[in-house]
Amino acid sequence: MFDQHYFVIKDDYANAGKVSTNIKTLLKQLGVDSNILRRIAVACYEAEINMIIHSYGGEIILTILDEGYVNLMFHDHGPGIEDIEKAMTPGYSTASKSAREFGFGAGMGLPNIKRMSDTFDLTTSTSGTRLKIGFKI
Amino acid sequence: MLVKEFKEKTGFEVMATPKALEKEISGVFVGDLLSWVMGHSKPGQVWVTVQTHLNIVAVCALKDLSALVIASSAQVPKETLDKAMEEDIAVFMTDLSAYEVAKKAAELGC
Repeated sequence: MFDQHYFVIKDDYANAGKVSTNIKTLLKQLGVDSNILRRIAVACYEAEINMIIHSYGGEIILTILDEGYVNLMFHDHGPGIEDIEKAMTPGYSTASKSAREFGFGAGMGLPNIKRMSDTFDLTTSTSGTRLKIGFKI
Repeated sequence: MLVKEFKEKTGFEVMATPKALEKEISGVFVGDLLSWVMGHSKPGQVWVTVQTHLNIVAVCALKDLSALVIASSAQVPKETLDKAMEEDIAVFMTDLSAYEVAKKAAELGC
């Protein structure tokens, strides 16, 4: 088993995607199939962006399990998702006007993550959101 | 078609590393919503957009898109170009609209 921790800062648009790019590079070096790699990259990017746009910041933990599984855990410090059902609806977004100007806020983040991952577990409260996704590699 | 052939045939202004010019183009994707592009574009496509923020480079790199075309004379910040060079992604710039770029690409057989 191998794990790696990365930190994400609120509103840090300039570095958005950096963690996902690092993770993709690392997994590519480990020989992960390119189609699976792209699914991981898309899901990771969407979740990383969500943390930057919506949360007070947090941590991403990459775990590679010996039995051929990659897990990604996104753990932020709040304020939580008000309505998970709405957040999971394609096209629904609470992104700010400034985020939308950059092309974010399509309301496709969580639906894309769910579609790309093999396992998807999302829990939220005002003190933070935990998203755990897994991929068979 | 290779990115360098796309460059020659379109005549668009471009910034690219030698490695970026050797990539193979498999088609074209047009869109300005990053998550939509993340979710629906295919590897090897040229992405036509009016978005110029740094993040377009991350989307391109993560989805293995072959090049960026910035349409409608949208101004590209230096940091976006620098990042694209770092990631070996060609950035084309044109005054044509996204529709006109797509039409031209289709005429070229992309």
